[in-house]
Amino acid sequence: MALKGIDIFKLTPKTNCKDCGFPTCMAFAMKVAAGAVPMDKCPHLSPEVLEQLSDAAAPPMKTIRTGTGDREYVLGGETVLFRHEKTFVNKTLFSVSVCNAAADEENDAAFASAESIDYERIGERMQVEFLYINYVPGKGDDRYLDLVRRALQTDKALILSCGVPEMAERALELAADRKPILNGADSENLEAMNALAQKYGVVLGVKGRDLDELYDNTAKLESLGNKNLIIDVGIKSIADAFANAVQIRRAAIKNQDRTFGYPTIVNVGRLAPGDRLMQSALASLFVLKYGSIIVMSAMDHAQALPLYGLRQNIFTDPQKPMKVEPGIYPLNGADENAVCAVTVDFALTYFVVSGEIERSGVPVNLLIADAGGYSVLTAWAAGKFSASSIAKFIKEHEVESRIKSRTLLLPGKVAVLKGELEEKLPGWKIVVAPGEAMQLVKFLKDYK
Amino acid sequence: MPFKRTPQTFNSSIKTVKIGTGDHAVELGGATTFPFYTFDSQSNWVPKIGVEVSDLGVGHWPAGIREYYDCAGSVAEIARKASQVKGADFVCLHFEGADPNGHDRSAEECVQIACEVAEAVEVPLVIAGSKNTEKDAHLFEKIARALHGRNALFLSAKEENYKAVGAAVGLAYGHKVGAESSVDINLAKQLNILLNQLGVSTESIVMDPGSAAAGYGFEYLVSTMDRVRSAALSQNDAMLQMPIITPVSFETWNVKESVLPEEDMPQWGPAEERGVHMEVVTAVACLASGSDAVILRHPRSIETVSSLIRALLG
Ligand code: B12
Ligand code: SF4
Repeated sequence: MALKGIDIFKLTPKTNCKDCGFPTCMAFAMKVAAGAVPMDKCPHLSPEVLEQLSDAAAPPMKTIRTGTGDREYVLGGETVLFRHEKTFVNKTLFSVSVCNAAADEENDAAFASAESIDYERIGERMQVEFLYINYVPGKGDDRYLDLVRRALQTDKALILSCGVPEMAERALELAADRKPILNGADSENLEAMNALAQKYGVVLGVKGRDLDELYDNTAKLESLGNKNLIIDVGIKSIADAFANAVQIRRAAIKNQDRTFGYPTIVNVGRLAPGDRLMQSALASLFVLKYGSIIVMSAMDHAQALPLYGLRQNIFTDPQKPMKVEPGIYPLNGADENAVCAVTVDFALTYFVVSGEIERSGVPVNLLIADAGGYSVLTAWAAGKFSASSIAKFIKEHEVESRIKSRTLLLPGKVAVLKGELEEKLPGWKIVVAPGEAMQLVKFLKDYK
Repeated sequence: MPFKRTPQTFNSSIKTVKIGTGDHAVELGGATTFPFYTFDSQSNWVPKIGVEVSDLGVGHWPAGIREYYDCAGSVAEIARKASQVKGADFVCLHFEGADPNGHDRSAEECVQIACEVAEAVEVPLVIAGSKNTEKDAHLFEKIARALHGRNALFLSAKEENYKAVGAAVGLAYGHKVGAESSVDINLAKQLNILLNQLGVSTESIVMDPGSAAAGYGFEYLVSTMDRVRSAALSQNDAMLQMPIITPVSFETWNVKESVLPEEDMPQWGPAEERGVHMEVVTAVACLASGSDAVILRHPRSIETVSSLIRALLG
């Protein structure tokens, strides 16, 4: 919450000594409120006042870091409830869980599934970010530590889910270097878990039976000096977890209640045990509504493909157009004799189309026309991808002198442009290609 | 220290639009909070699920769907089985085959199919066209007349054909009119106003402010629906208080993730499984952003989405 000038003024010595470079304390306070000068420009503010001010000026939701190296992740730091208000900042991360109470085969499958997801989509590497290692008392302590050791052999970031401080410490002794998240502190073990988290410098997950207890536990941890937290929305029921996730985020951002100003963790694997499709459904819900880490029992491509696509969409900055540079992109070693294909400069379209052309292995000169950064049909409907604009592109980029081929593949969705293009580009053979880029692989192979 | 709850309540609500007749009628809309925010205020809002049935039958759909419909031969028989899918509230008869650039099925043939389907099912009917605005205007007029009294919902009237569709579907035969716009709150509102000025009452309009599959420009959809719902509830904007319907399956079953054969990408696993997850993920994201009804294709998707709805509404 931005502090008002008058509130800051009340905290200054009100002596108007001008040491800050401003004529009065009030003038200084107004500048601080506007974010134009840092408050430590006044040398006469006590450390307590400085802290109070910096707390008040802090963003509503803390930014939490966990993991190390390539696997250091940033969570939270959100400033709005709806992406159109500004943007969502730190994307939802995914975890797969293993447990000392689960059968070996189940854990093996979970480990394997976490490793199996690794692909690129529109310039972003898609992977399972975390392994969630769950401890159940009485189901084998050594078994638990073995799971931790095994997780350490992967390069994933870790979440140690263990509410028994002694066990948690044994796990932390093994894994502390990786800066795991320790989940979780509850009403019974709060002090001990806090001491551990602080000793090992790791993020602490907070649990509670309901919102009141979650709130109370978070407040207690803060009063113990720990602000390196993540809130577990719980597994009481689907409705309860959803209600918690929304109310926690809304309290922080809309109502400026900083006690709930932390990222959240949602265990959809436990909300829908044994039901992968329901876990996908829940993950979709929590990508939109405020889950910072989503824990699944496993992850296969059927789940990852739509979920990661959704996440990538939701966390793009609406203020930044996703565009690629117009130009001639020779793919698969295309030379001047390779056919031309034309598309728009919307990043999503470019990546989808170039990916499929690459998959076909057929050399193609991909012409990216300036279409205002819109998809094929959007650009066409907006008049930014037309026979004239394509013809203009071919002139301006001197395609005819740089490329010998006179075949141009037109996206199937704008087949209507064919006639007009033939008129505008004499000597060119305009071929209507398929509507979906995916069909290009077969089309190009057959075409050749 | 207990948490101080601050429920977000509004003095306005989303209109309810009734489709179908008698005991089988279904109400779309009625929300008084953001989707599934039952902790803010209790309401009777329950989003609805429609089952897509194509005039082309199920031959071109994945094996699991064909299996469900088993030996169902005619479109009417398929529709009857569709109406029995667990969790389904209505049937959406989609005239894919009417597309002039595809099978170009004649309006007369379509009417015939529509009548047989209407005969076979008791649940409400949603009629979806070919996406060709001219053809649809003509087609909808004929079907609306044939289904007079069934109180069906037609998808959709667009900027280009809203006069013809609104007049025939809404005014002449008393059906409900779908208003389809392209992912922009102003365009959505504009079309509602135009239909209303034509004489279609606000209780007879259901909006489709655009659809896309997860990963394919879906963020624009979320933001459009978020804004529509915000304006409807917090600014009491009557021209944005129509319920929202999203034909999810029309989009999700075309994208690469759902159709690429397993042979082409063995690590991706069976295509049908991917298609079901894509359908479910997209549908839930639509519901979480404000859809009051979604149209789905796979019986498994319908079952999962409907049990999630029940779980969330308690
Ligand atoms: C997101 C979106 C927007 C976003 C823009 C996003 C962007 N950067 O393009 C916004 C909200 C801004 C928008 C605006 C508009 N939109 Co718009 N939009 C969409 C939406 C929902 C998704 C588009 C998308 O991202 N597709 C994904 C990309 C990857 O698809 P693509 O570029 O077509 O590429 C695919 C294929 O074409 C093919 N391909 C591409 N290139 C090539 C090349 C070759 C050689 C081959 C073989 C294949 C190929 O491969 C890709 C994958 O298969 C669609 C509806 C839908 N579900 O598609 C409507 C849609 C495209 N929009 C539409 C319209 C009308 C508009 C507006 C004109 C509305 C208006 N009147 O203002 C405006 C135009 C902008 C303006 N005002 O100037 C209509 C177009 C109608 C039509 N059939 O002509 C659509 C279809 C919605 C609808 N049903 O009404 N839109
Ligand atoms: S330095 Fe501090 S005390 Fe002096 S005028 Fe500036 S704000 Fe006031």
